This record gives sequence, C-alpha cells and structure tokens, in this order.
Amino acid sequence: MEELYRRIDADPEFHALSRRRSRLSWALTAVVAFSFYSWIFVIAFKPAWFAQALGPETVLTVGVAAGIGVIVLAVTLTGVYIWQANQYFDAQNRKIVAHAQNEPQT
Amino acid sequence: MPKMNLRLSSALPLSLLTPAASAATPVNTSGVAISFFLLFVCTTLGITWWAARRTVTTRDFYAAGGNITGLQNGLAIAGDFMSAASFLGVSGLIFGFGFDGLIYAVGGLAGWPMVLFLLSERLKNLGKYTFADAVSLRLAATPIRCLAASGSLVAVVLYLIGQMVGAGKLIEVLFGLNYSIAVGAVGALMIVYVCFGGMIATTWVQIIKAVLLLSGATLVTFLVLQRFGFSFEALFRAAISEHPRQDAIMAPGALVHDPLSVISLATATMFGTAGLPHILMRFFTVPNAREARRSVFFASAFIGYFYLLTFIIGFGAIALVAGKPDFLDAAGKLIGGDNMAAIHLARAAGGELLLGFMSAVCFATILAVVSGLTLSGASAISHDLYANVFRPGASEQEVVKVSRIATIVLGLVSVSLALLFESQNVAYMVLLAFAVGASVNFPLLFLAMYWSRLTTTGALTGGVAGLLTAVGFIVLGPTVWVEVLGHAAPIVPYKYPALFAMAVSFTGSIVVSLLDRSPRAARERAAFRDQYIRSQTGLGSEGATPH
Repeated sequence: MEELYRRIDADPEFHALSRRRSRLSWALTAVVAFSFYSWIFVIAFKPAWFAQALGPETVLTVGVAAGIGVIVLAVTLTGVYIWQANQYFDAQNRKIVAHAQNEPQT
Repeated sequence: MPKMNLRLSSALPLSLLTPAASAATPVNTSGVAISFFLLFVCTTLGITWWAARRTVTTRDFYAAGGNITGLQNGLAIAGDFMSAASFLGVSGLIFGFGFDGLIYAVGGLAGWPMVLFLLSERLKNLGKYTFADAVSLRLAATPIRCLAASGSLVAVVLYLIGQMVGAGKLIEVLFGLNYSIAVGAVGALMIVYVCFGGMIATTWVQIIKAVLLLSGATLVTFLVLQRFGFSFEALFRAAISEHPRQDAIMAPGALVHDPLSVISLATATMFGTAGLPHILMRFFTVPNAREARRSVFFASAFIGYFYLLTFIIGFGAIALVAGKPDFLDAAGKLIGGDNMAAIHLARAAGGELLLGFMSAVCFATILAVVSGLTLSGASAISHDLYANVFRPGASEQEVVKVSRIATIVLGLVSVSLALLFESQNVAYMVLLAFAVGASVNFPLLFLAMYWSRLTTTGALTGGVAGLLTAVGFIVLGPTVWVEVLGHAAPIVPYKYPALFAMAVSFTGSIVVSLLDRSPRAARERAAFRDQYIRSQTGLGSEGATPH
C-alpha cells in the first residue's frame, strides 16, 4: 500500500484531479454558504427588504421567494456536483489507481 | 419581542414539542391511529426478526454489512433528519408565526450540500464504522478516539433525552396515553430494534418511516392545494385573512432583535448537522464513496421537498384550521398546542382516516429517530471505546455482545432520564447537542481530513475547549441560568453557543498544532500524505473490500 501511495503521489494526473475536485467542492460550498448567509443577514439586519411583495398582483413576499430559492439552489447544486463527479472524477480516479497498480516495480 | 425568540429557540429540534404540548387533552383517541400504528410496529418487528438473522459480525451490526444502496441510504438519512420536531415543530411555527418558521427549514437544508461537497466521500474512504475511525487514522488513536467518542456520546445522550421527553408529551397528546407508559413503550421498542436488528433494522425502520412521512405529507399538501384550486396565491391570501398578524406572516418577524443570535443559530443548524454522529455513521452503510455521494444527493432532495411541503402545510393550517371552533379548546387555543397544527390539518383536509394515519406516522417517526441515536451511542461505546481503547484484541462476537449490552444500558438510561426530566424544559439539552456537534465533532473531522498540520495535542486542546465553551455558554446563558436555575439575568447573554464554541475549537486546534514541535507531531504531519491519497482515491478503504 505504501508503495502504491508513493506512486500515486508521483503521478501529476492525481494532483490535477485533486485540484479540480477541490476547486469544484469549494466553489459550490462558497455559493451555498454565501446564499444562505445572505438570506440570514437580511433577516438579521434588514428585515424590511424581505417584507415587500413580489409584485402588485401578489401577496408573495421577496423573503419567502428568496428562502424557497435557497432551498431549490442547494438541492440543484448537489445535483451539479453529482453530475460532475459521475461524469469525470470517477473515471479519472479509476484510471489513476489502475495506472499505479499496473506500473512495473521500480 | 423576546417571547418569540424563546419559542424559536426551543424549536431547534424536538423539545419544541415540550412546552406547548403539556396540556394533555388528547387530539385523537380513535381506533384508526392505533390500528395504523400497530401495523407499523408489527411490520418493523418482522423486519427486525429478519435483520437479526443477518446480524452476525460487527460490520453487520454497525454498517448493515455495507449493503445499503445510495437511494436507500438517502431515504434513511432524510428520515434521521425529518424528526417529529422538523415536521410538527416547523409546521407549528409557521402556523403561529408565518415566515419565521422558514428559517428552520432553510437552515436545516443548507448544511447538506456542504456535507456532500466536503465530507461524505472522504469520510467513507477513511472510516470503517464511526467518524472516530476517520479522525484517528494518523493521530494518536487512544486519546483521539476518547475525544470523538465523548463528543458523540454527549451529543447522542442529550439529543436522545430531548427526543424522549418530547415523544412522551407528544404521544400523551396524540393518543391520550400516560407519559410514563409512552416513554417506556418508545424505549422498549427502540431497544428491540437496535439490540437485535442492529444497523440493518435501524436503517429499514428509518426508510419505511421516511416513505410514510413523505407520502402522508404529500397527500395532506395535495388535499390542501386542491381546496384552493392549486393556487398558491389563493392559499396565501386565505392564510393572511385568517391569521391575527395578517400580512406580517409573509415577512421576517421578531427573531431579529439580536442579529448575532440569528447568525449563531444559523451556524448551529448548518454545522451541527455535519457533526451529529448518528448521521455521520450512515455513510459507512454503503459500499463505496460513489454511493455515499449519491446518498447525500437523495437525502438533500428529499429533505428539500419535505420542507417545501411543511411550509405549505403550515400555511394550509392557518387557512383551514385557525379560527375553526372544531379545533380550538375553551380558551380559543389550538387543541394540544400549535405543534398539533399539521395533525389538525390532516383531519380538516382528509377526515378521520388521514388524521389516524398522520398520528401513527408521527409515532413511527419518533421511534425511528431514537433508534438511530441509540445505535450511534452504542457504537461509540462498543466500537470506539471498548474495541479500540480498552480491549484492542476483542473478538467480533465479544464486540457485538458489548454493543447489545450498550444498547440496553443506553435505552434504560434515556428512559430513566426522560422520566426524571418530565416536567423540565429540556430545550437546552437539544441546543447543546447541536452545539457539541458543531464545535467538537465537526472541527475535529474537518481539520483531520483537510489540514495536514493538525496534531493530536492540537485536536485535543481544540476539542476540549470547544466542549467547555459550549457547556459553559449553555449553563451560564439564558436557557439554564435563567430559565432552569431561576437567576434574574444570564451571565452570558447569548442563547446559541455554536458560533462562539466553534470559533474557540478551531482556534485552539490550529494554534496548539502550530506550536506543537514534538516528534509525534512530526510523524503525524508526515502521515497526512497517505491519508490524503486514501481519502481521494479510496485505496485501502475498509469498506471497499469486505472481510
């Protein structure tokens, strides 16, 4: 196992994959955290913004719509991550592991 | 308006049910609910019998043999999260206050994407049965396991007491059953499920309940929307005209008097989720990181959908239940308190049959959630402490036996404590459970996986400091110092410790790790590379190869 880890560590593709995966994870985390905390900060500091109706015809307020928006956004982004991971990361990962396992002893 | 803040604070999870539900006028004594409930109990006992024959090894007991699929696990995780408090508590808050109930719905969901993006795959690749496995991989196993097991046990026991007390009160109101009998029945069934059926039974009980709760809530929502010609506008207008606060129910209300508390509460709901051991444990029941990832996707989709339903149900209850004499007591209050809003709505929308069904589903919900908690507490005792700290060479059979004993002991302890705390306000226990999750378990897990320079000494310092801060804030704060101990003013003015305790925990871990120049620290930092590669690739992962 030690030897396998060493080979993977020496593989530039492994580090490229790790970087891509963590860029995506952190970017999506930032979007979710930012939208959630923005919503919370408006409630904490500027509740009047959320009390406005969306339009003259409706009683639905900006706050309710934004809250539901945060829920929908969070679920959608988990879908985006899964899609990316299934599409690229798993295949790349398998390739890297297979490469390390098949490499002749050095 | 501090009154509002008080109500919302206790809502965090289940103990919301405690204060309002204390007036014991049964909502429902019909045979329908009892029949549905008995059907659930018989089915789940059948499953437990089936599961018991498949529960031989520790891997079966703690991780259902690693044979749960992503979809099944997603339902089970959603089930762990959709407690009676999330359903009755949040719909009751929306019934009472409108918009502010939504804060819990959005906060409860927002933690899940983060669990997916940052934790789920790595956790699955590093751990075996508990999150302590993952964090003790490169750090000194004995002290780190003791810390992780203490963090888990404190969170589990506090949460369990909160759930049990809430359950007793709820069942008292729903079925007119005596509190002690209700608590005893919940305790006995939970011990049977976990003790004999281990994780297999616990998972299936949770899945069945999640499906029942989602279908029941969908049906109620459908019937409500049908009344309003499937127009949300019509529903909201009807709710506004029925509610005493009128159109203020569509806007943020009284929670805002202290912005720092709002932010700390939001932090507890978001990060507490990522540190609750009974939820973290579910990532080990699937075969690999891919399924772990899929579980969180399904879980967030179900939880998101569930909260949208809860939101509509809350407004539906304002429109169809508030102001109808059938549902009010002599004082003009809702029978059984605001938390019964969803239950009354089931009757208003679907008659006695739906009322009976939803009451039974709520009972099932309580059972499933306390079972999951008990199992994770038992695994902290038997796997983390017994098998890895006190008796490292213990055989499989011995460890499974210890797990079963631990289950029975935990069950008896939580029933006794629930009886002891019957007339107490246990809101602080649930707040503390979330705060411990956010300030002990989450920082430990996150830093061990993401920060190469974390050392054992640093992790221990940060974890203990986080725990003490959380406990200190709760004891000296408004919930215990004023409400329980009866002092005039709190020493610490903040009700929600999560933000502060989390900051202390992270700072402590980071500063002490940076100052740690011991040879052990150097070895631990050097071991990060292998751990990192394993967490990324799954190579060497315990779950990947059944043994």
